Amino acid sequence: MSKIHVTTTVNGDPVEFLADPRETLLDCLRDHLGLTGSKEGCGTGDCGACSVTLDDRLVCSCLVLGVEAEGRRVDTIEGMADADGLHPLQRKFIEHAALQCGFCTPGLLVAAKALLVQNPDPTEEEVRYGLAGNLCRCTGYDKIVRAVMDAAAEMRQEAA
Amino acid sequence: MRYHTPSSFEDAARLAAQAQGLTRFLAGGTDVLVQMRAGMVQPDDLIDLKKIPGVGDITRTDEGGWRIGVAVPGAALSAHDALRAEWPGVVEGMDLVGSVQIQGRATLTGNLCNGSPAADSVPGLVAAGATVEITGPEGTRTAPVAEIPAGPGKTSLQAGEVISAILLPPRGAHGGDAYLRFIPRTEMDIAVVGCAVNLRLSGDTVAEAQVALGAVAPVIRLVPEAAEAIIGTTLDEAALQALDAAARAACSPIDDKRGTVAFRTEVAGVLARRAALIAYGRAKGDTA
Repeated sequence: MSKIHVTTTVNGDPVEFLADPRETLLDCLRDHLGLTGSKEGCGTGDCGACSVTLDDRLVCSCLVLGVEAEGRRVDTIEGMADADGLHPLQRKFIEHAALQCGFCTPGLLVAAKALLVQNPDPTEEEVRYGLAGNLCRCTGYDKIVRAVMDAAAEMRQEAA
Repeated sequence: MRYHTPSSFEDAARLAAQAQGLTRFLAGGTDVLVQMRAGMVQPDDLIDLKKIPGVGDITRTDEGGWRIGVAVPGAALSAHDALRAEWPGVVEGMDLVGSVQIQGRATLTGNLCNGSPAADSVPGLVAAGATVEITGPEGTRTAPVAEIPAGPGKTSLQAGEVISAILLPPRGAHGGDAYLRFIPRTEMDIAVVGCAVNLRLSGDTVAEAQVALGAVAPVIRLVPEAAEAIIGTTLDEAALQALDAAARAACSPIDDKRGTVAFRTEVAGVLARRAALIAYGRAKGDTA
């Protein structure tokens, strides 16, 4: 099986890897690029643990082939914090204890960030619908929703 | 598996026609990749259509309708204000498919070609009178969307044929459409029953109508008897009762844990009534 050379941009950095065309983008991120923040929960697009953005569009990286990333821009959980520290969503997840086992957390953070780009001032209902593609079996979602609402308020520079 | 990225539909059709083994076209991949992972489908040739120019575009046709590229994801469809204003029923059907993540990839064409009787985006297209442009070894032809589903998981496309665009007709004046589905929860589920209604008014009277039902037969289909029940009426209670009865009469659903035959049949009538009323309101200028 011949491998395909893929050149793409991940978290702003140019990267290249050799992919079997059957490998998913998630496989490539984790196994070829060492970016193990994105998780595989279901592998069928149901759980959202592998959420990344592809040219700013939120997708499940398990439902994208690695070879499809050619020439595109991929952003993962590893690019969320910057040199100054954690992203407000990451801080608020810690503050609100919006995680227990943590397996869903990278995907939820990436999805929540994408949600707040689209809608900086979401209602609770909009947050719940917006994150419906991310399953969490520990928290019951309430703390996650509060953390996202609080982070959104901070990012809008309002006191929650 | 060989991965191909043709730069035209003619090349894609040629690749598919020449392929010896199992072939799949790749647009959004939300069905194909799941089937590959489950081992249900192990293509020898996977033909990615996304490098073909225009597949991500929604453009006005010369006739005043819309041409929707095969790789336009649901999210882009919902974000297109002019399309949503003209064909809200088509757009809301697609919008019901999956999560935000799925909407980032899943396409109308893929939903159609997956061949599910419960595909949420297909009844709206069928009721709208949408057609597909098909590129094949013999050239290009068009066919009504309603003729594509051929049974669960099956389409009427021939070997080497690929859908190269979805075409919506001009909306015209005093028209409205709507799609409703029943699921046991509020979202992220597969339709137990789906119903789309597209109609045109002359004054307060329904002048033209098309009703399509999903998930109540092996294929999504138009129900002309349901349309006839409301044509020439003002959608009064008698017309709605006739519509309800015609929709129920058209059902031949499966019986499973998600819905019994009796339940699916009754709900088909209820959704037909409700979708007709929403379409009627939209034809009158409602924007909700």
